[in-house]
Amino acid sequence: MAEIQAEDSLSARGHVGMYAAIAGLWVRAAWVYRTSFVTLVVANGLITGLDAVAIWIMFSQLDLLGGFALHEVALLYGASSLGLGIADTLIGSVERIGEYIRTGRLDQMLTKPLPLLLQVCADQFTLRRLGRITQAAVVFAWAAAYVDWTPARVGVAVVMVVSGGAIFFGLFVTFSCIQFLTKDATEFANAFTYGGATLTQYPLTIFPREVMRSLTFVVPVAFVNWYPCLYLLGRDDPFGLPGWLQLCSPVAAVAMVGVALLTWRAGVRRYTSTGS
Amino acid sequence: MTRPVHHPLIDVRDLARTFVRRRRIGRLRRTTDTVKAVHDLSFTIDAGEMVGYIGPNGAGKSTTIKMLTGILVPTSGALTVAGLEPQRDRVELARRIGVVFGQRTTLWWDLPLRDSFDLLQKIYRTGPARHRENLGRFVELLDLQDLLDTPVRQLSLGQRMRGDIVAALLHDPEILFLDEPTIGLDVISKGRLREFLRALNAERATTLVLTTHDLQDIEALCDRVIVIDHGTAVYDGSLTGLHQRGGSTRTLVVDLVDEAPPIDVPGATTRRVEGPRQWLAFPADASAAPVVAAVAAAYDVADLSIQEPAIEDVIRELYSTPPAPPG
Amino acid sequence: MSLHVAVATRAFRRYSTYRAATLAGIFTNSVFGVIYSYAYLALWAANPDAGGYDAVDAVTFVWLGQALLMTVALFGGGSTEDLAERIRTGDVAIDLYRPVGLIGWYLASDLGRAAYHLLSRGLAPLAVGLLLFDLTLPVSPLHALAFVVSLPLAVTLSFTVRFLVACSAFWLLDSSGLRVLSLGFALFFSGMTLPLVLFPGWLGTVAEAMPFAGFLQVPADLWLGRHEGVDILARLGFQVGWIVVLLAACALVLRAATRKVVLQGG
Ligand SMILES: Nc1ncnc2c1ncn2[C@@H]1O[C@H](COP(=O)(O)OP(=O)(O)O)[C@@H](O)[C@H]1O
Ligand SMILES: [Mg+2]
Repeated sequence: MAEIQAEDSLSARGHVGMYAAIAGLWVRAAWVYRTSFVTLVVANGLITGLDAVAIWIMFSQLDLLGGFALHEVALLYGASSLGLGIADTLIGSVERIGEYIRTGRLDQMLTKPLPLLLQVCADQFTLRRLGRITQAAVVFAWAAAYVDWTPARVGVAVVMVVSGGAIFFGLFVTFSCIQFLTKDATEFANAFTYGGATLTQYPLTIFPREVMRSLTFVVPVAFVNWYPCLYLLGRDDPFGLPGWLQLCSPVAAVAMVGVALLTWRAGVRRYTSTGS
Repeated sequence: MTRPVHHPLIDVRDLARTFVRRRRIGRLRRTTDTVKAVHDLSFTIDAGEMVGYIGPNGAGKSTTIKMLTGILVPTSGALTVAGLEPQRDRVELARRIGVVFGQRTTLWWDLPLRDSFDLLQKIYRTGPARHRENLGRFVELLDLQDLLDTPVRQLSLGQRMRGDIVAALLHDPEILFLDEPTIGLDVISKGRLREFLRALNAERATTLVLTTHDLQDIEALCDRVIVIDHGTAVYDGSLTGLHQRGGSTRTLVVDLVDEAPPIDVPGATTRRVEGPRQWLAFPADASAAPVVAAVAAAYDVADLSIQEPAIEDVIRELYSTPPAPPG
Repeated sequence: MSLHVAVATRAFRRYSTYRAATLAGIFTNSVFGVIYSYAYLALWAANPDAGGYDAVDAVTFVWLGQALLMTVALFGGGSTEDLAERIRTGDVAIDLYRPVGLIGWYLASDLGRAAYHLLSRGLAPLAVGLLLFDLTLPVSPLHALAFVVSLPLAVTLSFTVRFLVACSAFWLLDSSGLRVLSLGFALFFSGMTLPLVLFPGWLGTVAEAMPFAGFLQVPADLWLGRHEGVDILARLGFQVGWIVVLLAACALVLRAATRKVVLQGG
């Protein structure tokens, strides 16, 4: 409710501006410790780089994984990593709300005339996750060289990256709301958020059909990369699902973000602050 | 006393807030307790008032402030602040109030004070001229001129608190809520803060609501005290009235040059003697001057100090004396 | 000695109070176990004896990995985190003046924590894996014994690495970059990301020689019965060898740090 009021008084552009202003200050604050900042960006890049090496090692053992070649799996991996990287960069702090509740930081945010979710997401904004986005972009670019590009496919690719970011955004916000209820079960959320992200790094053909079904209809991470990548690769759905699903990422993204905002609102309403 | 017919700035009626707490009993079983942090609380505050909200730890002060500022939803009761319903109209209310929590900072730890203030101008969309004028005035009053370019982490607790108060005031709030603003501060910082708040109220008629468990804050600032204990108001009136009703006393601690039998001066009674040190009680609303003068005239005094009554003692007294007849 | 047992017991108890967190963790470990199991099944379906494992070995490896993830603190954490915090706040000066050795103290505490994590977040996911998939059990009592012996060695080995990283805070203003790097290396070169047996050529040789191999690959290979007779001792010896080297490094670093703290007051 309060968030809607803010919508009235502050345009979407205004929100983006506020986000940028807060995030910018955090970047400047991080720049005070230049050396650690640079080390962290490099370290993160290296670590995520090792992740990509693992896929290459897998393919040193075989030619096709679940019927998909290295460049196809790389496309899936790059697309999912890009979505995750974007979401993580823009809203990484939402996973910290448990800590914000305990320290009273959330109370302070509630006394500012901005939507709470915007403040939480912008808080402690850090560019160190750029390491992951860079790595994902490199893998994606390499795999993209094998794609037979048409204007429609370029369009789908762009929509895929944006929707992927939005789906992960929704997933992280939704599951972080558990922290409004209990402070003990944060790891539970990881099974869905990072679990979902991990699943999308593989072709869904390697999992039982039920996994594909739940990733399509329950936790819609299949729309982060699986369906749009099938379109980019010009492949029929291995499970025999209709081709139009391959264009449905924005729908899944809108649904996921909608669920996230509703959950968030319910969470804030049940917010009990912290004693002392 | 008759009030003119108008809407008070803050109107609280039968406010209650309960918390559910889970507790483990034995190895696996859990049970839930409900804590009535605030209940049956009603009061009104008019524009321009300076109200002290006092009570011992755990009395429900912070919980009340959190409901007044839109952080917490009340469990029941009605509540309007500046004509708004705090939780529903949180964002709009936030523009019209300032909130400071003692010992917690909203400032950017690693950046100069100035940067935090600049961001607040954007967040509250304060006009540049207004912002500059306010910043100049508050910084001058709080003596922060030389610290504007110092990273917050290098500031002392007192300096940081002053910075936080400036941060809460840059958008010209009608009401300033302060939750334990003086906690942990040294005597000089406390004094400077109180002076500033007085000036603020005099200059801009900003309504002040501050919680504290330090009676001296109230003495220095507030014409009106609301005492809260176990979640509900047990007194609402002037500080003098509180002392009279509670019969509370202040204590003059006298260090004599030599040991002596219990001091006997008019207007005070000696409560304790320990070597050359003696404790003399006198009514909290009476001036200390005649007592001090009488002691100094009759004895060789090495040192003197005055102890304020502790809030816990005042409240205990409130309960042990029957309520004064209304009048 | 009895002091160290007391320290370990206290750590065990401390971790066992987070019951809901433990349950959530077991759930998460199990979910990841399932995901990786299918990934490996697909890999071994395409290449049935990749790295000398068969599909059942591979899935068993996955669940051993999930079981040891917290035990060996592959994601960091454990008593070295407390140490890092105490170095940051300067409280470590008190520890340095204590009569008992600092390394032994923190190691005992970490072993106590590991024991709790093994019994909760180790055994439970393993049981889930056994229910859902076909897993290998140790081929003989000897192999089972070797596996059990290799566990405290794996924890100690991981402890020494984490201890060194934590001690870097004596010199570095902010050691989080180093920490991220060491965590990433531990995940990748322990076999957690992929079993080291799959690493081709020189990468495999290097990976198998690094101490991280002793975190997961060595215990898992003992469980899977990939070694016989003297080879078993050699694998345990590999862990012990690295422990000796790294403990010596810890002691040296600590001596230098003590000198720094005593001379410069932190
Ligand atoms: N978020 C919360 N969850 C559970 N109990 C709380 C919470 N906030 C306050 N309480 C309890 O409510 C009572 C009043 O607390 P509080 O308003 O913080 O008191 P005060 O500010 O006067 O010290 C205390 O018993 C406290 O433990
Ligand atoms: Mg309080």
